Amino acid sequence: MSNGRFGIHGGQYIPETLMNAVIELEEAYNHYKDDPAFNAELTELFNEYAGRPSRLYFARKMTADLGGAKIYLKREDLNHTGAHKINNVLGQALLAKKMGKTRLIAETGAGQHGVATATAAALMGMECVVFMGEEDTKRQALNVYRMRLLGADVIPVTTGTATLKDAVSQAMREWTSRIDDTHYCLGSVMGPHPFPTIVRDFQAVISREIKAQLMEKEGQLPDAVLACVGGGSNAIGSFYHFINDPTVRLIGCEAAGRGVDTFETAATIATGKLGIFHGMKSYFCQDEYGQIAPVYSISAGLDYPGIGPEHAMLHDTGRAQYVPITDDEAVDAFEYLARTEGIIPAIESAHAVAYARTLAPTMGKDQIIVITISGRGDKDCAAIARYRGEDLHE
Amino acid sequence: MSRIGEAFANGKAFIPFLTCGDPDLETTAACVRACARAGASLIELGIPFSDPTAEGPVIQGANLKALQAGTTTDKIFDLVRDLRRDVSIPFVFMTYANVVYSYGPERFLQNCQDVAIDGIILPDVPYEEKEEFLPYCQKHGVALISMIAPTSQDRIARIAREAEGFLYIVSSLGVTGTRTEITTDLGSILQAVRANTDIPAAIGFGISTPEQAKKMAAISDGAIVGSAIIKILDQYGVDAPAHVEEYVRAMAEAARSAG
Repeated sequence: MSNGRFGIHGGQYIPETLMNAVIELEEAYNHYKDDPAFNAELTELFNEYAGRPSRLYFARKMTADLGGAKIYLKREDLNHTGAHKINNVLGQALLAKKMGKTRLIAETGAGQHGVATATAAALMGMECVVFMGEEDTKRQALNVYRMRLLGADVIPVTTGTATLKDAVSQAMREWTSRIDDTHYCLGSVMGPHPFPTIVRDFQAVISREIKAQLMEKEGQLPDAVLACVGGGSNAIGSFYHFINDPTVRLIGCEAAGRGVDTFETAATIATGKLGIFHGMKSYFCQDEYGQIAPVYSISAGLDYPGIGPEHAMLHDTGRAQYVPITDDEAVDAFEYLARTEGIIPAIESAHAVAYARTLAPTMGKDQIIVITISGRGDKDCAAIARYRGEDLHE
Repeated sequence: MSRIGEAFANGKAFIPFLTCGDPDLETTAACVRACARAGASLIELGIPFSDPTAEGPVIQGANLKALQAGTTTDKIFDLVRDLRRDVSIPFVFMTYANVVYSYGPERFLQNCQDVAIDGIILPDVPYEEKEEFLPYCQKHGVALISMIAPTSQDRIARIAREAEGFLYIVSSLGVTGTRTEITTDLGSILQAVRANTDIPAAIGFGISTPEQAKKMAAISDGAIVGSAIIKILDQYGVDAPAHVEEYVRAMAEAARSAG
């Protein structure tokens, strides 16, 4: 078995054509990850360009309204480009540049990872091509424009369900055809080793900051950390530095779409089974013959039939808990946070807000919940308005 | 000698690929028989997968069509069982890891043995992950076919030394599909293969014309053709078998003429 296992999950299930590319990436990452100069450069980018550290905001009104645990919001939505995706992208783009690559390719669902990749490519003077499901280019037309404005080529993917999984497949195909000058800037903690580890390490800045910020504000650890999970990058970033703190509950909120008892769902832990796809062993939504299921969620960013291998392991060991949140619950939470705190979260992040509304009232007033607001909701306003029956178009 | 070994024993091999169930299983059965009559040395049978990440648009389309027609792994085992009453040339399955994994590797390979499948190709299972399936393949006498790509370089020796059945040499970067020109230095790849193993090596990806088949067979032990045959199926649908037979005959003759 290859390296890069999380329990039984992970691995490198990819075509032979890509094997030397991922080996080269692993070697480069192992070389640079502890290199002081690399880390100084990355920290500079994080702080001066992306606007880190992101705020840990005490949601006073939400706390009072729910009447239980104190609620803090980790404001990844305030990062440059509007989501946590920039953390990983700056890390990978810098690494790619050190490896002598001149071109970045990426998949994107909601468009946030594509925008972040296009941004880093513009900043570092690299070429950029983003693959996006055609269905998603319609749901997130504004982000398509943003990517093009930043100088990226956006290629709509029409195969399969024309959503995120098809964009990943197409980006992998593209990488097999052009490896020498190209780095595949994968957007989540998924795919073949070493991607789940690299992306996690770059996103772990989220939990590192939460820990320090909460210690300063409250002098204690949180009792629960909540984050939405598609592939799971903002969730693993939010969990990582708490994994060895057993009193901290780690809760990932999956997209249940129209419900886990329907076919229109993307809740992998709730409805998936063990499989091998997109380079990794993990849980996947699939039929009895292993055909990958056409998943659905109102959120383009969570509309993925799998989950990162480290999450699959955290589920197996019981260290983290995964809960399904429906479209309806997420949309309610989207509106709730806007009205209660004046913060419009991404519809992805609203899945985590939704579960906090259930969880907080069951906890004591001396307890603390941290919710990672992984992105901002501007991109979703038109779609949510339509969900509510308004005839609004971008 | 294994049946795969025998397929390469009489001069250069020609290996056609079919996606089972494209456009339906009856047509696949007729095409398999047509290929056998036309002189195919071995037939690669694709079990369709929803997300075939190593395929170009033509074979992706065939996978989708086959699944939409209701093709399943069980129906394909039935198809092969039926074909085995009158077709004796070797068959190898080509599919993706999840198809085998979800079926249960033991049950899948047991069924392969029962219907006399000779080998299996899993393009998303590289050398590092082959232990996932190899023990089941060996238990049931099914060769796990390894692939070598233009980027394999220092990996060639390791892969070739442990290879079974035949080696699948990927002619070019990228996914399956026809190419006007193949520019990889296949000569040095084959040289590295030869230094490490005696099992046959066939070249696939991008081959569509008799000239290409002859050229590829000349530097290896045979040529593999997929997308060009799927295009014939796209064009003629259920009437494809006669056209497939004619094409395979020309390609098999061209390959053989190289040896």
